[in-house]
Amino acid sequence: MSLPSDLKSNFPLLSQTINGHQIVYLDSAASSQKPDVVIETMNHYYRTINANVHRGAYEIAAQATEAMEQARAKLATFIGASSANEIVFTKNATESFNLIARSWGGQNLGPNDVVLISDMEHHANIVPWQILSAEKGFEVRWIPLTPDGHLDLSQLDRLLNGVKMVSVTAMSNVLGTLNPIREIADKAHSVGALMAVDGSQYVPHLPTDVVELGADLLCFTGHKMCGPTGIGVLWGRAELLDAMPPFLGGGEMILDVRRDGFTPNELPHKFEAGTPPIAEIIGLGAAVDFLDSLGMSEVRQHELDLTDYALRVLNDRYGEEITIHGPSNASERGGVLSIQYRDVHPHDLSQVLDQRGICVRAGHHCAKPLMRELGVGATARASLYVYNDQTDIDALVESLAPAGELFAR
Amino acid sequence: MSGLEDLYKEIILDHYRSPRHRGELDSPPAHKTEGFNPLCGDEVLLTFALEDEVIQELLISGQGCSISQASASMMSAAVQGKSIEEVRKLTRQFKAMMSIHEESIGAESPPSEDDKPFELGDLEALKGVVKFPVRIKCATLSWNTLLTGLDELEV
Repeated sequence: MSLPSDLKSNFPLLSQTINGHQIVYLDSAASSQKPDVVIETMNHYYRTINANVHRGAYEIAAQATEAMEQARAKLATFIGASSANEIVFTKNATESFNLIARSWGGQNLGPNDVVLISDMEHHANIVPWQILSAEKGFEVRWIPLTPDGHLDLSQLDRLLNGVKMVSVTAMSNVLGTLNPIREIADKAHSVGALMAVDGSQYVPHLPTDVVELGADLLCFTGHKMCGPTGIGVLWGRAELLDAMPPFLGGGEMILDVRRDGFTPNELPHKFEAGTPPIAEIIGLGAAVDFLDSLGMSEVRQHELDLTDYALRVLNDRYGEEITIHGPSNASERGGVLSIQYRDVHPHDLSQVLDQRGICVRAGHHCAKPLMRELGVGATARASLYVYNDQTDIDALVESLAPAGELFAR
Repeated sequence: MSGLEDLYKEIILDHYRSPRHRGELDSPPAHKTEGFNPLCGDEVLLTFALEDEVIQELLISGQGCSISQASASMMSAAVQGKSIEEVRKLTRQFKAMMSIHEESIGAESPPSEDDKPFELGDLEALKGVVKFPVRIKCATLSWNTLLTGLDELEV
């Protein structure tokens, strides 16, 4: 089985032209495009069943609640969670990490503790810990990288000394590296630490099973997996979430409020203060249905083939002139290609590519510690998803040379 | 939509390929100031020697895209031998040229008649950057850094 060859036609945005060229969208690691079915599902919600959830007894309020809770159940199944109550809706993966740090970290971390992260983390899995560390005085420790862009786990036993929480990405948003989460989780558990996983780049692209990963907590975001912006997920084991104090306070997250205090609601509502982004949740549910209809194994195979093709043609064509950061073998990585071409600055490269309708990201990709490790200020990043094909890669390959000519010194 | 030729004019590419006044002066006695563009990681380091309120020499180091590097190079050529007051005026003029929002949000110091003793000359080539709003910060990085450096002198 492979993905349908006309998949692009499901994504209305991809039918347009930019600067006179058919758009070539290669920035899905930043945000994916949305299929018709997601856009229409959200429209349908607003046009027919828009009402606040978990409140009204009237028909459309019940339908809205039902649609939202169905989406929660779909997400639980999608990642192998044992219960829909373990799916907490947040604004994005960043908020999910802030929830973990503030709630679990606030309760469990003190001066002699350590949180172990890595040199390839997104700022979302760095800064919340740093903010809390400034208050609580625990250490934020870093797993270093090997020269070929893997986590250097040779010293993991030593690094785990005193660690209460390991929080690592399953796939780097800059290098594409797929990390051995199960191996790290097993070691973390052997010293009594918890394992939190940044699934922002992993969940949209590979079959995900939280039990197989050995994770205790998983953060990901909707807009990178064909869903809308403004909706993210925190998954956690129920007993762990149950033991954590509330994060944001307000409506929905309480069972009772008195002058002398409040009683928090049950999972997952305990962590969902205020009116949730109902349309976005339902839209994300439609995105999950869409991905399920493709099959996540097929999605991974498609991207593996395309990544392999991209690595091959880029290296064949440009050889010494191009550096592609991260593992050289496609099987060890996802479809994220951070490129340095000759000495063309990433900003200039993306500007020239834009002129040909090609969308790539230039910058530090919210991973400045990693940029420092790589010794670069920025990279140009092309990232792939279900709708990309070899013609997109070919357009990228063809467009590098003119950029090189323009900026040749 | 503007073409790339509006952005990457030949004189800009020339300054990018052959940047003027590259290097660092010993500091002290020279003044030193650094600027960063957190969005793209560009950085500029300026060292300049003053005598009687006149910039005797200004050197530039750092790294960044063609627009930020060319703008810094052009700036270095434009400010050598100018008084601080003249440099401030030139900077105001340059930033006004780079501003797409000056009327809507009110320019910090709109240039007056009094502010037009200089021809922008080569710097006019950077005008095309305004058509590419995300690149304006690249073009103004070195100028803002110089302003910061001059402000530090007066503290």
